[in-house]
Amino acid sequence: MKLIYLDNNATTKVDENVVSSMLPYFSEKYGNPSSIYDLAHISHDAIQEARETIKDFMGAETPNEIIFTSCGTESANMAIRGALAINKDKKHIITTEVEHHCVLNLYKELEENGYEATYIGVNECGELNLEELKNAIRPDTALVSVMHANNETGAIFPITEIAEVVKEINPETLVFSDCVQVAGKVKMNLKETKVDFASISGHKFHAPKGIGALYIKRRVKIPPLLIGGHQERMLRAGTENVPYIVAMGEAAKNCMQNFDEKIKKITYLRDKLEKGILDNVYNAILNSKAENKVPNTTNIGFQYVEGELILLYLNDLGICASSGSACTTGDLEASHVLRAQNVPFTALHGSIRFSLSHNTTEEEIDYVIENLPKVINKIIEISPFQKELKELKNKQC
Amino acid sequence: MWEYTDKVKEHFKNPKNVGEIENPDAVGVAGSLKCGDQLKLYLKIDENNVITDAKFQTFGCGSAVASSSILTEMVIGKTIEEAKKITNKEIAEMLGGLPPAKMHCSVMGREALEAAIANWEKVELPVKDKIVCQCYDVSLGDIAKSIEEGASTVDEVMEKTGAGMGCMKCRNFVKDIVNKELQK
Repeated sequence: MKLIYLDNNATTKVDENVVSSMLPYFSEKYGNPSSIYDLAHISHDAIQEARETIKDFMGAETPNEIIFTSCGTESANMAIRGALAINKDKKHIITTEVEHHCVLNLYKELEENGYEATYIGVNECGELNLEELKNAIRPDTALVSVMHANNETGAIFPITEIAEVVKEINPETLVFSDCVQVAGKVKMNLKETKVDFASISGHKFHAPKGIGALYIKRRVKIPPLLIGGHQERMLRAGTENVPYIVAMGEAAKNCMQNFDEKIKKITYLRDKLEKGILDNVYNAILNSKAENKVPNTTNIGFQYVEGELILLYLNDLGICASSGSACTTGDLEASHVLRAQNVPFTALHGSIRFSLSHNTTEEEIDYVIENLPKVINKIIEISPFQKELKELKNKQC
Repeated sequence: MWEYTDKVKEHFKNPKNVGEIENPDAVGVAGSLKCGDQLKLYLKIDENNVITDAKFQTFGCGSAVASSSILTEMVIGKTIEEAKKITNKEIAEMLGGLPPAKMHCSVMGREALEAAIANWEKVELPVKDKIVCQCYDVSLGDIAKSIEEGASTVDEVMEKTGAGMGCMKCRNFVKDIVNKELQK
């Protein structure tokens, strides 16, 4: 059975040339970048080259603004804790209701330790309420964390404008943006923004799992996350993960190559999938309604049916997708993102995210459009909400 | 992804006895759309109190559908008195076990069966039997009893009864009830 992988916001397939780029750094060019001999220089130079690439990839001003970490979560923790150390007298923090758990759960912990947090909501299209954000900024606001794009709906938040507004109201407030879901999908140009920190994660753009980066704007000085040696400007001690850093550099290069062309194809396929499902499944509603969203993501709610069952049936057809909602991830609550944008409760437990990549083919999308309606119909047959479903069907016809 | 047994997979992939019974002798409903799962159970019962047919409709995850499906197989042929003795543990056991966070699916099965039998016997379920925690099958009565037996904090009640220790969906609800009970 052919595998149709439409869960690229969860993780991606590592590009083949990325795998081959990292391999020599295991058993051939294995020197410790901190050592003195030529073998070590090879590793050192490889890291610097990758740093240069990631600088371009994120649109930073200098390579020194890039710190390699182990993942997006580490980057977010480092940025948030770093920002609070800089603004140690300020005890108010702001974020959105739809942030990734690496931000939300850290905020929850900070609230237990004396911080006051404000959570900014979204409208029913999943777009951030900017007025609400403006009004929330106070003289004692230490940090504003706003993701660049949401992982479940793909909604893009205008971080350039947000950082501008934040600094205008309180120049001392620091701004962190979780950019994990835009890396490789939207061009980043952080040097043209007032964003102080931004995080990315390699495995979301075809590098392996276990490598990430944090952008820290020049002249923003944070205390180290890990204390030890002098690595990563003493901000993150520990011998560098050379093969993975090289791999992430290579993956970033791949992303930047023929960027517009690839994005055009992904957008076309995503739109085709979205339309194909909405046209062919009568209980389907669109959740990812933001005007500005990443090109690879769509989120569709199927009313009166449950998401895990959809995923299990899709799995039998070789289709991998995901549901931010109930039952799939060990967390039985419906998705906090979809609840924040008031997705009707009839669809809250039956919402599925499809996320594409440059590997997705038209044939795969056609297969999903052909088979998904059958899956949904099979589950509809089991549903106790036959009357409600019949009403929906009649309305559609 | 959950670790489902082959039996669970078999039952959610090809559920048995799906649908509605026309003119059923009893109907029982458990769960709700808002909570993320609901089971509607239809029974046909003959003059000897034997369940001759059972059908279900379920909105829920794989283990909810599997629990419903196996439940219908378990009750067909049983008398009402025999069916009353079916526990949620037995439903889970018949499936070769359920992941701990999914035990509430088997409780939903038992609750729907209880509701259907009550519907047939035309009685209302007593309040003390109302299930608060579906994962560990803890009723209001169980919580009251643990307090009578000496539990004096929310944590102690939760520890003693297991309420709120599974999927944690009901944890805040359990805390409210316990606090109310403790104030009495």
